[in-house]
Amino acid sequence: MKSGTVKEDPGVNLARGILEKHQLMLEKPAVGRDLEKSQELLIPLLQDIQDAYGYLPPPVLEWVSKKTGIPISRMYGVITFYSQFYLEPKGKHTIRCCQGTACHVKGSQAIGEAIEEYLGVKDGDTTDDMQFTFESVQCLGTCFLAPVIMIDNDYYGEMTQGKVKKVLERYSKS
Amino acid sequence: MRDKKLKNYEDLKSLHKEIDEEKSKVKSRVLVCMTGCRAKGAEELARTFREKLDVPGMEEIEVVDVGCHGQCSRAPLIMIEPEELLYGDVKPKDVDEIIKETLINGRVIPRLCAEVEGRAAAKAPDIPFYSGQERDVLKNCGRIDPQKIEDAVAAGSYDAAAKALTTLSPEDVITIVKDSGLRGRGGAGFPTGLKWGFAQQAAGNEKYLICNADEGDPGAFMDRALLEGTPHQVIEGMLIAAYAIGANNGFIYVRAEYPIAVEHVTMALEQAREYGLLGNNILNSGFDFDIQLRKGAGAFVCGEETALIASLEGKRGMPRPRPPFPANAGFRGKPTNINNVETLANIPLIIEEGSEAFHAKGNEGGRGTKIFALAGKVKETGLVEVPMGTTLRQIVFDVGGGVPDGHTFKAAQIGGPSGGCVPAQHLDLPLDYESVKEVGAIMGSGGLVVMDDRTCMVDVARFFLEFTQKESCGKCVPCRVGTRQLADILNKICDGKGEPKDLKKLESLAKEVKAGSLCGLGQTAPNPVLTTLEFFRDEYEAHINEKRCPAGVCKELISFSITVDDCIGCGLCKKACPVDAITGDSKQPHFIDPDACIKCGACHEVCPTNAVVIS
Repeated sequence: MKSGTVKEDPGVNLARGILEKHQLMLEKPAVGRDLEKSQELLIPLLQDIQDAYGYLPPPVLEWVSKKTGIPISRMYGVITFYSQFYLEPKGKHTIRCCQGTACHVKGSQAIGEAIEEYLGVKDGDTTDDMQFTFESVQCLGTCFLAPVIMIDNDYYGEMTQGKVKKVLERYSKS
Repeated sequence: MRDKKLKNYEDLKSLHKEIDEEKSKVKSRVLVCMTGCRAKGAEELARTFREKLDVPGMEEIEVVDVGCHGQCSRAPLIMIEPEELLYGDVKPKDVDEIIKETLINGRVIPRLCAEVEGRAAAKAPDIPFYSGQERDVLKNCGRIDPQKIEDAVAAGSYDAAAKALTTLSPEDVITIVKDSGLRGRGGAGFPTGLKWGFAQQAAGNEKYLICNADEGDPGAFMDRALLEGTPHQVIEGMLIAAYAIGANNGFIYVRAEYPIAVEHVTMALEQAREYGLLGNNILNSGFDFDIQLRKGAGAFVCGEETALIASLEGKRGMPRPRPPFPANAGFRGKPTNINNVETLANIPLIIEEGSEAFHAKGNEGGRGTKIFALAGKVKETGLVEVPMGTTLRQIVFDVGGGVPDGHTFKAAQIGGPSGGCVPAQHLDLPLDYESVKEVGAIMGSGGLVVMDDRTCMVDVARFFLEFTQKESCGKCVPCRVGTRQLADILNKICDGKGEPKDLKKLESLAKEVKAGSLCGLGQTAPNPVLTTLEFFRDEYEAHINEKRCPAGVCKELISFSITVDDCIGCGLCKKACPVDAITGDSKQPHFIDPDACIKCGACHEVCPTNAVVIS
């Protein structure tokens, strides 16, 4: 695992709180119909864990599996199906480059390439200094800003290759 | 604080009155779009207004964060009430002038208005972007604070629900919706009333209602705008739908990529509960209903209803064969009704104004209005609501202002990855469910991306197939393998390695994937290939036979060079080139080394004299 600045909780205290919130801190792991009910909450549960830890740490998942009775195989099945779950720590800032239709016809491919060039990483990867994670996404739903990128929760519209460096520099380590 | 809970219809009416009285104290309102316009600095703009208006004598002017005004190309866009002036491209430095000139002296600032034939147009009826529309569903979007239920109630929200719950039977509601002719706005266009009828008649007391807000089509953002700008309208639609089918539990399944929508819906649900508009015995009707918000986790296929149900059940979001339909066996195996956001947002309108008024709009191919997300190579981008059956030409040219920068219209892509490309010869096509099908596209959710002569249609087809291939869940072979093969052939053609026989292969494979796939994703995935093959076959042939990309897009088939006569030697291209492929001294013509060039287009983008040409 890469070392870095992301939140790394070695323990399960955060996860304990999340299970309590979803009323899944059970005396013993659920079975049968009860287990099915617990499993319905698997996606919100994983989303909360990821919000708290920055990613889905495997040891935490194992602990959650033991506590709730949700099989670890079921968890991994779900995690690997959806594109927004991460099993590895992410960078401090997430850059999402929209590759939707409107952005595509306005040259988003070149924007993505310029970001990869600047960061020296490929789509889906994190820089060695854990500052940035870069990912291409299908559509951010802000087509009027095309081509658009999103850094954390901020949108940057009408991007050009030239603007990439300027925008990213604001988020670089000072 | 007194209990806010509304106990009956009368309570709602008196609340409405109370709020109206409170509002009459406000002289002017500055409505700042705080959704899409955020990306263009709306937050700072609103903050500046609030700071500058926080002085004695300005108490009667209110600054309100609202949803989308529609004309996103002029972001950040504000509206000033009561005059209903629309100012676009507003910067914080304009605030002093707006306060002094407009808010105090009542004068219009022409510089901030839309320019129509050389004149400044301040009001919606004078701006072609708005005058060509009929904003029924979007009526309140951009006019109310989506974070306040009081604003929604003042605008008439929950009146229709109160009327339905206290004066109509579930059967009455279904009949009204059936008579209105409303069809699902999410893509397939199934009659909504009929769908409700199936769920209502299904056996059992445990039923569910799901609002499908997993707006995944790239190029579509109307559901996002509705959830962000007028969430109570969607919740009210759900309340009426749930009453009609007899569901006591509902879900809103929203894309995680829409953080503002998640935030506003969460707030709206809490407020609705606080006012007793969700919960037990709503308005003393004896009807119980509550809604949970669930965030998607990034899977396009979850827009398909059986896949969405699997996702809600905490499983991989894979579709299953139908029948049984969700109306009989859906969430937890119980009768479930799923409607799209825009469909539900239409419901209060239909109950309020009656089925006849709704049915009077549109044509045989669809009733009421449709919201389109207009984007791509068009002057005015944003949300456009027009009666069903409005022609493509009216939307792109009258409302959208046509293609910018002197380029020509080539095609409009309708319906996202499931839809098709409609070429210029079909500009007079009425956009309704049936007419759109005739040219091989589908209405889809309403994404409308305009393409011009700089867009390569083979590349567009490749783009969509890459998309559907990535998003294919892998359950059925025709979709999993077929989309991969289609994408591979299209990649080959774009790379200049296409062979004449590829076109036949594409066509037959596309038809097989369409016929053999399990769900809507695979069944519609080949549409972009089939429509481009039909209308733009010459472009495919140019790629294959002449190894030429007519639009100058496909990298392997183009080269960049600098026209010596046009080059002023400014050196911008040299600076922009990421691989140092450009040489030349200052004030002297520059040259591109074709062997080193990676065809990124950076030089073309920065050249001030258009000396960099693509051939």
